[in-house]
Amino acid sequence: MSGRPIEVSLCGIGLLGPGLAGWGAGQALLRRPESWHGTASVVPPPARLPPAERRRAGMVVKVAIAVAEEACAAAGIDPALPVTVFASSAAEPANCHALCEALATPQRLVSPTRFTNSVHNAASGYWHIATHSMQASTSLSAFDASFAAGLLEAAVQCRAGGLPVLLVASDVPYPEPLHALRPLPDSFALALLLAPQGAGPRLTLQTDSGRPATRCDDAGLEALRSTIPAARALPLLQALARAGAATVVVDGAPGLSLQIGIAP
Amino acid sequence: MKRALAVTDYTLVSALGQGRAATFEALRHGRSGLARRDFETATVGGWIGVVDGIDGLPWPDEFAAFDCRNHRLAELGLRADGFADRVRAATARYGAARVGVFLGTSTSGILQTEQAYRRRDPVTGALPTDLQYGQTHNMYSLARFVRLRLALSGPAFVVSTACSSSAKVFASAARMIALDQIDAAVVGGVDSLCLTTLYGFRSLELISDDICRPWDAQRAGLSIGEAAAFALLEREPVDARAWLLGSGESSDGHHMSSPHPEGAGAVAAMRAALAMADLAPRDVDYLNLHGTGTPGNDAAEDHAVGAVFGGDLPCSSTKGFTGHTLGAAGAVEAAISMLALENGLAPANLNLREPDPALGVRVLREPRAGRLRVVASNSFGFGGSNACLVFGAAA
Repeated sequence: MSGRPIEVSLCGIGLLGPGLAGWGAGQALLRRPESWHGTASVVPPPARLPPAERRRAGMVVKVAIAVAEEACAAAGIDPALPVTVFASSAAEPANCHALCEALATPQRLVSPTRFTNSVHNAASGYWHIATHSMQASTSLSAFDASFAAGLLEAAVQCRAGGLPVLLVASDVPYPEPLHALRPLPDSFALALLLAPQGAGPRLTLQTDSGRPATRCDDAGLEALRSTIPAARALPLLQALARAGAATVVVDGAPGLSLQIGIAP
Repeated sequence: MKRALAVTDYTLVSALGQGRAATFEALRHGRSGLARRDFETATVGGWIGVVDGIDGLPWPDEFAAFDCRNHRLAELGLRADGFADRVRAATARYGAARVGVFLGTSTSGILQTEQAYRRRDPVTGALPTDLQYGQTHNMYSLARFVRLRLALSGPAFVVSTACSSSAKVFASAARMIALDQIDAAVVGGVDSLCLTTLYGFRSLELISDDICRPWDAQRAGLSIGEAAAFALLEREPVDARAWLLGSGESSDGHHMSSPHPEGAGAVAAMRAALAMADLAPRDVDYLNLHGTGTPGNDAAEDHAVGAVFGGDLPCSSTKGFTGHTLGAAGAVEAAISMLALENGLAPANLNLREPDPALGVRVLREPRAGRLRVVASNSFGFGGSNACLVFGAAA
């Protein structure tokens, strides 16, 4: 038996990925993927952060802040207002590698900044510092299903609390040697600003038992979708870019799928 | 949460022992599980809370790929007090797809990868092929293992917000049940000892060489422990051990590793939890403090608790018993809070010798017997993540 459908409004989108520098520029490419080229993701510096935090912020923090800012700006919302949900398979892989490398040496000299930034909720911490937001924030992981888990949690929070919720899904590749075991080809991040009611397409979410996921109709996009957890959102983003009514299915944990109905 | 949610079962495994009875005996007699000893090849000094019996636990072939310290500790937790059997009975009532799994951890099975980095190929640098990244190291591995082990197929994720992780899963699960996504949820937290946290907290000079002494004038930092704690939340309980009355969450938005000096985020979390529970501060009979024993954390929490509750509420940090179990601390201290409710005993704030005159909260130096109707538990983490849970007695 599946969960009861949840309806939310999608008031703003942020996007950053290979050949996708923002939702503003990216939606035309997602609408007509033949003009899209998967050049490496370009990550802007997080200008919103105070200088000390800006120096310490890792890649996953930077991509998260970039898409979060775009989604809030598109929705015309003060970024300090929404509750936040950050979904990521592994948060900051470079820190994890640096810590494991240091711990494998006889001296075991661990950088305190690396350790502090190794928490899965680093992006959340930096975002709330940058925006002076004291709103609640959840950081979660569901491995390859992190986007679906984050979207469900965000929509549930939105309806349970009757408040806008900012979902940020972001994944960044590991350096070697972990990259060989978990080969993400590039960084990918998106942000969705959800509200109980509001301008923008209406999304109806429903969990179901293991329906096959919607694929991208372009081989290059499909390659991203199938290899980067946050890019599991690409079929949803393509449908939103095309601005028509649609239904897409995103993989949840094994045996579970998340069906998303879009009413423009 | 429009109404209270039943906690139909809960259990915990920590340095105090396995299950509710062993834990309660230690709490009642003021016996700490902390010891001055080393873990693995770490030499960071200080006291740690080790769970015995992890390495010797027979491991089923079926879950061979998941074999790691964190999942062995999780397995001990699932077996304690027959918790897995209780979940099985609930699953039979609701169906596997209507039971969610929401667990907290801060470091998952990272110890496997730490050890694998010592066995890299000297020529290529490659990791050994026996490292099972997705089953042990990834943050989600814990919920993946527990979901498989309990044969559940509902929504699942790991919340990882440092030391508030496994308090926040109670809030997530309650919302999922309220929005009719599921009928029941397995919530909890598991964090096992590893080199990342031992050396990491040492690098921040937050580990005390002495045993941790929350609220003491001489407190000098934390003692790290490991633990697993689980609870079963149900929409239609046959019986309940306790009720989850409310939860509150907030962010500091202040600093990555230091709390807001006046505990502004902590105040917001406690007030939100009381508001959801529709209770006044005076309705709470006991508060389990986050109380890590670092000078700054205890001072900020003291300020926050005083601002919300005044100075009369009996409080204690139980980290002098278990150590700071990090991502498991929220669920461990939720379990301890429910033990306090069920047994009518507020545990002492262990290892307190000389109360810090700068702190004003009423910290219990001895366990306090007497009926408890409502208890609260604080959990705060790096990144400025705050959570407070409020539980009510079953009857």
